[in-house]
Amino acid sequence: MKCDIVLAGVGGQGLLSIAMLIGRTALDQGLRVKQAEVHGMAQRGGAVHSHLRLSDRPIASDLIAVGTANVLLAMEPLEALRHLPMLADDGVVFSNTTTIRNIPDYPDEEVLRQQLASRAAIKWIDAERLAQEAGSLRTANVVLLGALSQALPMEQRIFERAIRTMFSRKGDTVVEQNLRAFAHGRSAVREESAP
Amino acid sequence: MATRLLLGDEALAQGAIDAGLSGAYAYPGTPSTEITEYVQRHVAVTSQSIHCRWSSNEKTALEEAVGMSYAGRRAMASMKHVGLNVAADPFINAALIGTRGGLLINVADDPSMHSSQNEQDSRLYGEMALVPCIEPADQQQAYDAAIYAFEFSERHELPVLLRLTTRLAHSRADVEIHEDGSRPQNPFSLPNDKQRFILLPAHARARYLRLLEQQQALVEASEESPFSTLSLEGDASLGIVSCGIAGNYVQETFGGKVRHPWLQIGQYPLPVRRIEALFSRCSRIIVLEEGTPFVESRLRGLPLRSSPEIFGRLTGHLPRTGELAPESVASAFRSSGAPSADARHRPSPLLRNRPPALCQGCPHIDSYRALNQAMAPYRDRGRVFADIGCYTLGAMPPLEAIDTCLCMGASITMAKGAADAGTSPAVAVIGDSTFAHSGLTGLLDCTAEQTPITVILLDNGTVAMTGGQDSQATGRFAQLCEALGVDREHIVAINPRADRHEESVAIIARELIYDGPSVIVAQRECIQTLRRSNSTRKPESPPRGCRQDAKGDPQ
Ligand SMILES: Cc1ncc(C[n+]2csc(CCOP(=O)(O)OP(=O)(O)O)c2C)c(N)n1
Ligand code: SF4
Repeated sequence: MKCDIVLAGVGGQGLLSIAMLIGRTALDQGLRVKQAEVHGMAQRGGAVHSHLRLSDRPIASDLIAVGTANVLLAMEPLEALRHLPMLADDGVVFSNTTTIRNIPDYPDEEVLRQQLASRAAIKWIDAERLAQEAGSLRTANVVLLGALSQALPMEQRIFERAIRTMFSRKGDTVVEQNLRAFAHGRSAVREESAP
Repeated sequence: MATRLLLGDEALAQGAIDAGLSGAYAYPGTPSTEITEYVQRHVAVTSQSIHCRWSSNEKTALEEAVGMSYAGRRAMASMKHVGLNVAADPFINAALIGTRGGLLINVADDPSMHSSQNEQDSRLYGEMALVPCIEPADQQQAYDAAIYAFEFSERHELPVLLRLTTRLAHSRADVEIHEDGSRPQNPFSLPNDKQRFILLPAHARARYLRLLEQQQALVEASEESPFSTLSLEGDASLGIVSCGIAGNYVQETFGGKVRHPWLQIGQYPLPVRRIEALFSRCSRIIVLEEGTPFVESRLRGLPLRSSPEIFGRLTGHLPRTGELAPESVASAFRSSGAPSADARHRPSPLLRNRPPALCQGCPHIDSYRALNQAMAPYRDRGRVFADIGCYTLGAMPPLEAIDTCLCMGASITMAKGAADAGTSPAVAVIGDSTFAHSGLTGLLDCTAEQTPITVILLDNGTVAMTGGQDSQATGRFAQLCEALGVDREHIVAINPRADRHEESVAIIARELIYDGPSVIVAQRECIQTLRRSNSTRKPESPPRGCRQDAKGDPQ
């Protein structure tokens, strides 16, 4: 078993925390893990990404080779497009619908969506709406994690335990919001696949 | 044994703690920062009284570590690759006096320049200083290497360079760590053999001869190193030499079972006998390494009996610049054998860059807006010499407020040189941490000559660029500048806020025409650290050296 995941987003969206969550969950489940990320830039708003590799056998490379990722989770549509070349032919994209237009030349949204749909199997998730329903906009990253979790070889309850551990410091309300966000994301993939 | 998910940086730090570390000295710099942050957060800092505090710069950090080693204890200094330029003087000379307590110099190189101004390779410094260098291939080896290197350093009485690269420093993996507690720290002990530690020419010559004599023992140690492996089996039409994490890409390419004779190198100086064994079997050799084609060029120059054809970055089989990737390594194997390119994965023409930018609400934005307006009349003959930090992003539109960025501290000194040549106004823009790192001495040059430059000191109370570490001189800038000889009248404050814009412009405009060095301190906290200190609940036991308790801590 191996699962190669590319996570892509914009600085400040909480991408590295969900990468950590997935890594810890996989470790709890007895899998081997490698998770490469580039961090250090404190400012918000630049493109960020992480490569996550899970396997039941030792993993050699920290990086996923171009054209071989099983899953791409994009927290923003333009970032999905940026990392599309990473995806294997039978790979799947999970993408947030909400755009972050913090650059002057952001492409037309409709064209962008068509381009993505024409190049890969894509599942859209309205993470901001579902996060709001879960009780806090700040849980949008965990909504996306919930959606992605459908494609990962780990059990739901182990994810939930990792969420509890990760947010316990911030109090019960935050833990509950994140658990709800995770559940919303998980069922969203089952129910809807078009925006 | 326990399994933990650790960054390469963190694994190294945990290994050092388990090896009986007494002092961790560092100046932040991506991708090395997490080594020291991990030690800071670790319970051992309090339970075992490990000294751990950010230093003013890499040179002070390394010298402090050398001092601790002198007093018998195990110490390490951590920095990014360009930090070793700053610390090069103590680095090279520390090899001559040697160590007592084990001494590690952890340097994280940044090929591809993810967050650096160059991609220099620290192994070249190791070679120049004639010290052993260990280059772990994965997180587990990073942990093991710290333990091994401390022991090695004490056995050979030499500092050990531990080289990481971005991909290992900033990648997590499961690491097996010892649970039976750390090795006890070395006891405090002072040496009595003075000659060794006083590098007068007469002593230094003797020490240099000794260092040269030690080289053979270091090569022998490399031959036996647990971080290097040699396999002579498989298809000998091509032999492989890989260093550090490049070996992982070799394994990835062959799906775990490498079909060619293969030397994996994790310790320098080069293991010559092992190389000879590989060379005598293979007529063609491919060399895979992160950074400069260091091993590749040394292999070409080795006086060996057999001289196979060598492929690598110098022959164009791998890109000359940038970090390796599984696909570039795989394609190098194809092109040194049967070439096959695949262009399936082209980026979409719709793609746009999304570069990092100053955060909305960042104090630097208001400082730059005021500076831009004050400088407007002088755009043809004045220049703004900037420095390294978040504020370097002031180069981007719409601000486009700066003209240069060379290396840490160079704002003040380049402004001085340009002013000496006739640039007026010559403005230096420098962050609070950068000023403490290497701005002070340059300002002293300016006051010695009353050079007309205007320094804008951007005091956001933190080292923001690298994630919000403590800045050494916070709260002491006015005193420092006055002590360096800046006229008290010309040490002024502005409040970088939109509603104080006009006032800031007027103050800057006034200092621009002053015929001597002036310092304008623009003080407002970084909004990211502000947000964090507002939102974090009090942790159970606040880590030492962190913002909460740093103020007034006389350590
Ligand atoms: C010699 C060297 N050491 C470390 C770094 C990494 N680094 C880049 S900017 C910076 C400090 C920035 O702090 P400050 O001057 O306070 O500016 P801020 O980012 O807070 O705006 C550091 C440590 C470097 N580029 N060069
Ligand atoms: S991290 Fe702080 S200093 Fe850096 S851009 Fe953001 S607000 Fe400004």
